[in-house]
Amino acid sequence: MEPATDRSATVEPRDPMPDGYRRTLVRQIAQHAHSEIIGMQPEGEWIARAPSLRRKAILMAKVQDEAGHGLYLYAAAETLGTPREELLDALHTGRQKYSSIFNYPTLTWADVGAIGWLVDGAAIVNQVPLCRCSYGPYARAMVRICKEESFHQRQGFEILHTLSHGTPAQKAMAQDAVDRFWWPSLMMFGPPDADSPNTVQSMAWGIKRFTNDELRQRFVDIAVPQAEALGLTLPDPELRWNEERGHWDFGTPDFAELAEVVAGRGPCNAQRLAHRVRAHEDGAWVREAAAAYAAKRAARTPTREPAA
Amino acid sequence: MTTRAEWPLWEVFVRARRGMAHVHVGSLHAPDAEMALRNARDVYTRRQEGVSLWVVPATAVVASTPDLQGAFFEPAADKDYRHPTHYSVPEGVDHL
Ligand SMILES: [Fe+2]
Ligand SMILES: [Fe+2]
Repeated sequence: MEPATDRSATVEPRDPMPDGYRRTLVRQIAQHAHSEIIGMQPEGEWIARAPSLRRKAILMAKVQDEAGHGLYLYAAAETLGTPREELLDALHTGRQKYSSIFNYPTLTWADVGAIGWLVDGAAIVNQVPLCRCSYGPYARAMVRICKEESFHQRQGFEILHTLSHGTPAQKAMAQDAVDRFWWPSLMMFGPPDADSPNTVQSMAWGIKRFTNDELRQRFVDIAVPQAEALGLTLPDPELRWNEERGHWDFGTPDFAELAEVVAGRGPCNAQRLAHRVRAHEDGAWVREAAAAYAAKRAARTPTREPAA
Repeated sequence: MTTRAEWPLWEVFVRARRGMAHVHVGSLHAPDAEMALRNARDVYTRRQEGVSLWVVPATAVVASTPDLQGAFFEPAADKDYRHPTHYSVPEGVDHL
């Protein structure tokens, strides 16, 4: 097993690997997959209320992409020997987590814009380095996902830009959404490095390429000029350019709030999980019908065309 | 009672353009070949990534064993003369 020492070696599913490496990967990829599919909910709530047919089509495409991202990632996790059913069960029973950000409500249409711009933006900063992660199936899934994410971020930016250049009420709505989503977006990078004991091991294994704080800083540096272009402000009085560091200084997110949300006590945790479990249970008859139909057809021994 | 865990796994291959080979892009679960193709279209070709799709039952793939990688591919290692770079060509000889 080389990834501990050799960062250039990619590990593939049938390669020997330490148990800890496998366990860490399953947990991280599964949590990532869960985040993609739970992440469909806050935006999905706005599909029927989108302000135009174009916005509705775009939002449906984005939410469908998130479902796809979940599927790429579940498939990657399964290559490590954990069945899909087990992963979903871990989500449904709360044994595995999903990103804290999806436990915040989407109160207005502008929130859909803020999610695209900030939440997908933060996800991109997190995910781009994972395209070079040491585990092959995860890295390849991340390449596909990153390609698709850039449209997500742009459509969110466009929504906010349109609102911010609309009526005073529309601009206020955009500003309010950014005010509410800014800090939770910074929390998406996880606790500060000092409180992230697994980071060193994950970096040694090539599962993680940068620390939480490094990625958070990168995100702030990217977002500040974009906020300016939007004509919106970021709700952080400590935000100022640090000439010496060549980075933006910024305030500390409320990590106590993050811990609360992760522990299940965020504004929408119960609602998100209940919705997910209900969707899964309501879909049981579809899965059973499809399996029964497949069994019936298989009994008739179908002949298939040769591949071409 | 049938659960999703019993849906078999399919490996998905996409031909990006005419003239290119099908390339493995990932896998998915589906109850039968028909559904595997439809799901593969929705999961892997939402942006015109392909003009043709193969789905293959994962159990039908026979793979070389990674542990034996060295020994299995060893016979090719000392046959440098299979590569054109093995040969020295006199100065001034072209198109060879
Ligand atoms: Fe995504
Ligand atoms: Fe996204």
